[in-house]
Amino acid sequence: MQKNFNIIITGVGGQGLITLTRVLAEAALIEGHDAKTSELHGLSQRGGSVETHIVFGKDVFSPLVKKGGADLIISLEAQEALNALYYGSKNRTWFLIDKFLKPISGNQKELSIKEIIRETERFSKESLLVPASEITKKELGNPVLAGIFLLGYAVRKKIIPLKPDSILKAITKVIPEKYLALNQKAFDLSFGR
Amino acid sequence: MEEILLNQVGKKIILLGNEAIVRGALESGVQFVSTYPGTPASEIGNTFSKIASKAGVYFEFSTNEKVAMEVAAGASFSNLRSLVAMKSFGLNVASDFLIPLVYSGVRGGMVIITADDPNCWSSAQSEEDSRVFAYLAHIPTLEPSTPQECKDFTKLAFELSEKYKIPVMIRETTRVALQSGVVKLGEFKKNEEKGEFIKNPHQFSTMPPRVLEMHQELLEKIEKLREFSEKSSINKIQNGNAKAQNSKIGIIASGISYLYAKEVMKELNLSFPVLKLGFFYPLPEKKIAEFIRNLKKLLIIEELDPYLEKEIKILAKETNPQLQIFGKSSHQYIGGGDKNILPEVGELRPEYVMEALTKLSGKKWKIREEKLPAFPKRLPQFCPNCPYWLVFGAIKRAVKPEKVIFGGEIGCYMMAALPPHNLQDYLYCMGSSVGVAHGITKSTGQKVISFVGDSSFFHAGIPALINAVYNKSNPLIIVMDNSTTAMTGHQPHPGVGKTGMGEETVSLKIEDIVRACGVKNLKIIDQQNQEEFIKAVKEFLEKDEVSVIIARFPCVFVNKK
Repeated sequence: MQKNFNIIITGVGGQGLITLTRVLAEAALIEGHDAKTSELHGLSQRGGSVETHIVFGKDVFSPLVKKGGADLIISLEAQEALNALYYGSKNRTWFLIDKFLKPISGNQKELSIKEIIRETERFSKESLLVPASEITKKELGNPVLAGIFLLGYAVRKKIIPLKPDSILKAITKVIPEKYLALNQKAFDLSFGR
Repeated sequence: MEEILLNQVGKKIILLGNEAIVRGALESGVQFVSTYPGTPASEIGNTFSKIASKAGVYFEFSTNEKVAMEVAAGASFSNLRSLVAMKSFGLNVASDFLIPLVYSGVRGGMVIITADDPNCWSSAQSEEDSRVFAYLAHIPTLEPSTPQECKDFTKLAFELSEKYKIPVMIRETTRVALQSGVVKLGEFKKNEEKGEFIKNPHQFSTMPPRVLEMHQELLEKIEKLREFSEKSSINKIQNGNAKAQNSKIGIIASGISYLYAKEVMKELNLSFPVLKLGFFYPLPEKKIAEFIRNLKKLLIIEELDPYLEKEIKILAKETNPQLQIFGKSSHQYIGGGDKNILPEVGELRPEYVMEALTKLSGKKWKIREEKLPAFPKRLPQFCPNCPYWLVFGAIKRAVKPEKVIFGGEIGCYMMAALPPHNLQDYLYCMGSSVGVAHGITKSTGQKVISFVGDSSFFHAGIPALINAVYNKSNPLIIVMDNSTTAMTGHQPHPGVGKTGMGEETVSLKIEDIVRACGVKNLKIIDQQNQEEFIKAVKEFLEKDEVSVIIARFPCVFVNKK
């Protein structure tokens, strides 16, 4: 891997972004990479927009991805993808978007999924819309597993340059025992999709 | 979490900056830790809370940061190694004790952690740069950049503290405290030495005329520490070879800014000499003077206020008056204008450093030009089923909001400032809603409802309540008792019956304290009983004395933890 790989995860407080971020950092370490992440706590987690950064590669300095510098943006809620456009660019960015909408309070005009994808396509080489929350809710009864499902999806499509096995090892390490089996299932669900 | 207790020297694990501070303290044989929770420093206390008994360390959540610092000092006076952690505003609270503490100095190593929050990601009030306390208190201050440095600097801080008998401060910012990265473990063994306080009023009683001698001794200590700082490898010059020197452009950076500088130079393929300052105070003035002597242009990158910039401008006047210094100072006479190329408001980002370095070096950087679309913004809000919804709902039914002034503070209830509630007409630090309410009612006779959280009540609400009773005004104070310190991650407080180490303890009743403060109009209401709550608000607003309603219902997370 020549350059560092830069990931942004966006979503809404409570969707498990911080766990996903840990899993990715641990998986990168398992493969011998240097890795850094950046996250926010407290007020930022209270149901508002949340964003984490993960960078891995040979020598990682900044924990923050810069404007236009993301290789992959995982959006756990479709409208939150718009918040991450800042990090996208036409020549390098993949957008992986959960086809899930959480309404925004107040009288603000919300964009439809179609309009959102039209925007992300301007800031990415490819935008993929995956009904991850729907699938994990249907198959496993819990939409919070959508993040792990998308991670599996991105690794198997070789969008993230890490081995599925490393991610599984990281999941085993990071996720508490009582939720482990469910998360492993969510990771495997993405297989063949 | 248990990984932090591993005793495998050389093993690499991933830790947050805050967790790395915990590990650094453990590797230094820390015995006594105290804190009051505050983002972005909360994980230091949270981590100790989980591991303290296993690690053989005493840990407590103190009632506020000043008390936390005092108890940690007491441990240090008794020859234990102690650490106290707080967010930026916590240091303001603790500063009354901090300043004389640095005069007297300490006995066991004592390390103070403060975490600033550039961009106010999790902070109301202000974008404070706590480094100013280094000047105010003459406290040696270190600024780590990475989790590895958080660990290493904590160990160094303990060594320096014990050697020079002075507390040492570590200043983090959000992107350091909540940055995770690879950390190489060192040795950790339980420190089982017992503490003993040996009477020594010569050191510990800060009374004149002795206090002036202490001031003198402190200044001497700082000059010794400056000599250490001059030689210390945490103030390091990179790319200092002749070829790089020919560039005539140099960078001085500290904390997270150093990582942005390194990242950007890698991307732009630049190799300007960089002086990374691990010490903020005392500064290695000779090292800085040497570094800038032959430069034509200097870029100074630091998070929040341009303190380094001001210091270095003074040094440059002596050593290199022609040097063009670029940074963030908007000061009209020293800098500013075309040399002000970094923002003074908000946090720094790698792309800002990128822009600054392209300006200085003439290198081109192609940034995408597409315009971002307008899109709706999601604001923070109370969790689903949060009991606070019911309080603010009831208030709107009890009074016409335009007829009443609403006072708030920091904590989850500050989100009442946002739509759909819009029920905070002023909002400052913990305890202040009550103090300000008294001032307004005294000055105007207008009706004021002041919201104070349960943890905030213990933290700083009580003196303000006593004041309002004593000085005869009549605000209605609503104590938002959700049985936890919710916003910072559900830490216990004196009303909860659990200590920071998970032991059972007495649960102080807020109503007992309120009564003892002389309040006659008091009701304790579960806000699910909306009609009762509304009736109480209406009734109490008509009173001529202070009234208190304790709205008691636990946070939705309390029983899940």
